[in-house]
Amino acid sequence: MTWKHFFGTAIGRKFTMGATGFFLITFLIVHCAINAMIFFNDGGETFNHWAKFMGTNLILHVLEVGLFVFLLLHIVQGIMVVIKNKAARPVGYAMSRPNRNSTWYSRSMGLLGTLILLFLVVHLYHFWVPSRFGGLGNITPLEETQLFTYSNEEAHNLFQRMQMVFRGNLAPVVIYVLGVISLFWHLLHGFQSAFQTFGLNHKRYTPIIKSAGFVYSLVICLLFASMPIAMYFDWVK
Amino acid sequence: MSLEAKIPEGAMAEKWTDYKGHVNLVNPANKRKLEVIVIGTGLAGASAAASLAEMGYSVKAFCFQDSPRRAHSIAAQGGINAAKNYQNDGDSVFRLFYDTVKGGDYRSREANVYRLAEVSAAIIDQCVAQGVPFAREYGGLLSNRSFGGVQVQRTFYAAGQTGQQLLLGAYSALERQVALGKVEMFSRHEMLDVVVIDGKARGIIARDLVSGKIERHFGHAVLLCSGGYGNVFYLSTNAMGSNVTAAWKAHRKGAFFGNPCFTQIHPTCIPVSGDHQSKLTLMSESLRNDGRIWVPKKKDETRKPQDIPDEERDYYLERRYPAFGNLVPRDVASRAAKERCDEGYGVGTTKMAVYLDFKDAIIRYGKIEAGKAGNHNPDQDTMVTLGKKVVEEKYGNLFEMYEKITGENPYNQPMRIYPAVHYTMGGLWVDYELQTTVPGLYALGEANFSDHGANRLGASALMQGLADGYFVIPYTLGNYLAGEIRTPAIPTSHPAFEEAENTVRNRIEKLMGIKGTESVESFHKRLGKIMWNKCGMARNEKGLKEAVEEIKALRKEFWSNVRIPGEINEFNPELDKAGRVGDFLEMGELMCIDALHRRESCGGHFREESQTDEGEAKRDDANFSYVAAWEFKSDENWELHKEPLDFEIVKPTQRSYK
Amino acid sequence: MEHYHMNLTLKVWRQKDSKAKGNLETYQVKDVSSEMSILEVFDVLNESLINDGKEPIAFDHDCREGICGACSMYINGQPHGPWAKTTTCQLHMRAFKDGDTIVVEPWRSRAFPVIKDLVVDRSAFDRIIQAGGYISVNTGNAVDANSIPVDKRYADAAFDAAACIGCGACVAACKNGSAMLFVGAKVSQLALLPQGEPERETRALNMVAQMDKEGFGSCSNTYACEAECPKGISVAYIAKLNSEYLHAGLNDSDS
Repeated sequence: MTWKHFFGTAIGRKFTMGATGFFLITFLIVHCAINAMIFFNDGGETFNHWAKFMGTNLILHVLEVGLFVFLLLHIVQGIMVVIKNKAARPVGYAMSRPNRNSTWYSRSMGLLGTLILLFLVVHLYHFWVPSRFGGLGNITPLEETQLFTYSNEEAHNLFQRMQMVFRGNLAPVVIYVLGVISLFWHLLHGFQSAFQTFGLNHKRYTPIIKSAGFVYSLVICLLFASMPIAMYFDWVK
Repeated sequence: MSLEAKIPEGAMAEKWTDYKGHVNLVNPANKRKLEVIVIGTGLAGASAAASLAEMGYSVKAFCFQDSPRRAHSIAAQGGINAAKNYQNDGDSVFRLFYDTVKGGDYRSREANVYRLAEVSAAIIDQCVAQGVPFAREYGGLLSNRSFGGVQVQRTFYAAGQTGQQLLLGAYSALERQVALGKVEMFSRHEMLDVVVIDGKARGIIARDLVSGKIERHFGHAVLLCSGGYGNVFYLSTNAMGSNVTAAWKAHRKGAFFGNPCFTQIHPTCIPVSGDHQSKLTLMSESLRNDGRIWVPKKKDETRKPQDIPDEERDYYLERRYPAFGNLVPRDVASRAAKERCDEGYGVGTTKMAVYLDFKDAIIRYGKIEAGKAGNHNPDQDTMVTLGKKVVEEKYGNLFEMYEKITGENPYNQPMRIYPAVHYTMGGLWVDYELQTTVPGLYALGEANFSDHGANRLGASALMQGLADGYFVIPYTLGNYLAGEIRTPAIPTSHPAFEEAENTVRNRIEKLMGIKGTESVESFHKRLGKIMWNKCGMARNEKGLKEAVEEIKALRKEFWSNVRIPGEINEFNPELDKAGRVGDFLEMGELMCIDALHRRESCGGHFREESQTDEGEAKRDDANFSYVAAWEFKSDENWELHKEPLDFEIVKPTQRSYK
Repeated sequence: MEHYHMNLTLKVWRQKDSKAKGNLETYQVKDVSSEMSILEVFDVLNESLINDGKEPIAFDHDCREGICGACSMYINGQPHGPWAKTTTCQLHMRAFKDGDTIVVEPWRSRAFPVIKDLVVDRSAFDRIIQAGGYISVNTGNAVDANSIPVDKRYADAAFDAAACIGCGACVAACKNGSAMLFVGAKVSQLALLPQGEPERETRALNMVAQMDKEGFGSCSNTYACEAECPKGISVAYIAKLNSEYLHAGLNDSDS
């Protein structure tokens, strides 16, 4: 069987979703851990240090490309799965009570994913684009004041950027919190779902995986949500 | 026409081996050119179709269900017998043969039964190889349980779904052959006639139940594996679609019908709850291992069963049959329940039920469990709690099913049960080769008059269906087809096909043309009532004579007043049902005629005129030790042929369970 | 149990044939006993439709004891109705009360086209089995049944998977119209037994390929199928199918 065939079946497509999902789950841990450094309350020093490391390390650059490829795969494959699955039921039911047999969020992965994607566009626009492509074309670079010197090198002061975006600005905070809530439900299903996709369903391990998934989703999302909120109220200095 | 059973010469134990050693064979190149039609895809049909296709024949298989996997073999619960002697408890081919002949009340053909016992072991091997997940012991070997009162443990089982698992095994073998192109499968098709050319079966007329189209199919031989006709009683444990049509059409085309009156009434079924009832549900025979059957000693008892003290209960089976108690054979247990209810001791709203009580078993098991845990003086509540757990492990799925249907919890109050029609031992008469009196036309499984005599033992129906399909027909059919290798496929434009199709078409058009006022279902219910009341658990001359007249009248009414909605050329279940009920209306008459002529009681056939002083069945070997094979002459006109039964090994004795 | 009578409104999908456009029709049924099964209510309704000169409602049913898998009604938004682990034929009217409205539709799936009213064509399941849902052993080839011991735990697990009745409720329940529970149950049953070992890999690949060809959707692990399966077949068998496919796919040497 060719690779195309292997990944092209109903199960193969799920492998793509699961594998890219696992990668994104890992990425979120790193992303969240570094961002959480704002809570050191050291004027963003530790945070900016690690942000610079992330932005300049060659290996991480390669991984970043990988991240975008996987994210894209996750999105494209997700859309294809949804389209194919919709086609499997051309005529719907006049009356359906899906809540009797499944959770709403497990059925809404497409919708939740779309909400996350919309949020992601805003998120990238806020931080990633200006820090990477500042100065190119019409993209506004980060301002001079947003540069700071660390270990004798100039770096973007992303901490300040965060403050700029969120402090006293309700709209972006609301968007971010909603995005993170979508992410929570998406992860709550996606985490254990990925294990199931790769064949792990076991009387002893599945409950552990489900609990771990819940804790993971909750911790990651609470942390993420707390950042714009803390910035909004100027809790972190 | 004379009946030639074609039983091979020689000692009983050598007959089958000898037959196989000398039978005519068909070479592989010729097999390809030979076409075989199989009607029905239950255990017998699916196993036959698959096995014949594997051998190289070109097979066409037909079933009326939407998938071959839904044939009613799927509903068998308890298990399948085989003389494996894995339990080292003295089982053998001979003992299985002996038990079956005796259990059948000496009305079966010894040579066939011996062969059945002989091939039984290979069935288990074949099924295991197919992936049938039989119950196993911790060591990984197969588990057995006892069944139906025999003294050895020879029943293989898969929880309470043995029939399902065996059928899915045969079905998978069949689907494999479909994939290989050796079987052409026609589901949602019903056979409506056999085509006979120059005295040989050469094909069928079938109707596509989706489009209503009538089709012609040629075959060098036709195998009927279409099951039994218990639905002639309307209410039975059979599936709603189970019917006699294929067998009946064959009968009208010359196949004799053997022992049509032999019907098995199963003692433990959930009773009828009202007029709306469409079918009856079996509660496995295994429940009688632990349940005690009783009725109140007082007529018109109004107390709840759990409030009636022991001394006011009549454990009538234990009273009448102290040696076997609640484990008497099916026919005996059924009649005893009917006797109590007829006397006015029945329970429930309809007063046509008896109690099957697990109270004592729960206490007994509870005490053992408590003892295992070191508690030698348990209180009532502890015993009940622990006992219920044991009972749940053994019978949980059955208790659950009972509760779903009745809304009553059988752990806390006794089940209500009543006998119901379950199986028909009668069927198309076949010789040793399973060939009917029409050359090239075979009958397998419940559709033939079978190896079960006048009463079938538990867990033997599955055995027979698979024996016929996997291990008998592949040999015996070859013996016939070896003579057919020079017969090219006959085009279906042959006048015999034309004529058969016209007969079928005319009958359908006639049915549709009646446009009366009464539904098919209603006629079926009325027929069922006649059959149940007059040709059911107990029969007598007067009742049977009345029944014949009533059925004739009902048939006349049917053909002048049935209302069938819809069209011919569309999916029309009412029309399908009408054809089947039309055949039941003829079949029922023959059953009554057969029951009337057999002035003895044997197995499931109980003639009130022939009973002992204590009310037990009394056989009359001097006058009735034969298979009654009925030849269809013309409408309402049959001729009786007798195949005498010689018992060289198992000498008939009076069965006693006292 | 105390029984009672009720009057009900039935809204039933009526569709003349596979090509016709269907719609929900409303019927009043009176004096329904709580002891009846829902199919018996349809029997009674059909009887009255026939008496009124109308066409009865077509629906699949056969054994009426929950094992043949023929019955297939989508009742009040759930396959086989509100009771867990229950087929339509075993659903008794105790589940409803006087004045209730019951909506009954056929299974909805591209792979299960409607034939008439509530009857659908489920032959796609047969074709999936044809693709590999068997062990290739010709009659007469078997060795003694006890020559290969099977770990009781695996034998029991194989039985649990084999309990599938092929009714299609899993497909009907799944928002994706996926047949993974059906396929997973069969692949797992045979993969758990030593007898199924030789064809284990090709079986998984071929059955999945056929499943796709029939137009079923893919699994998104909502587990609606398990919740609605009348035999309570576990989604662990879907995971098993996934891992069987993974192994087989990576192991396959054809390119």
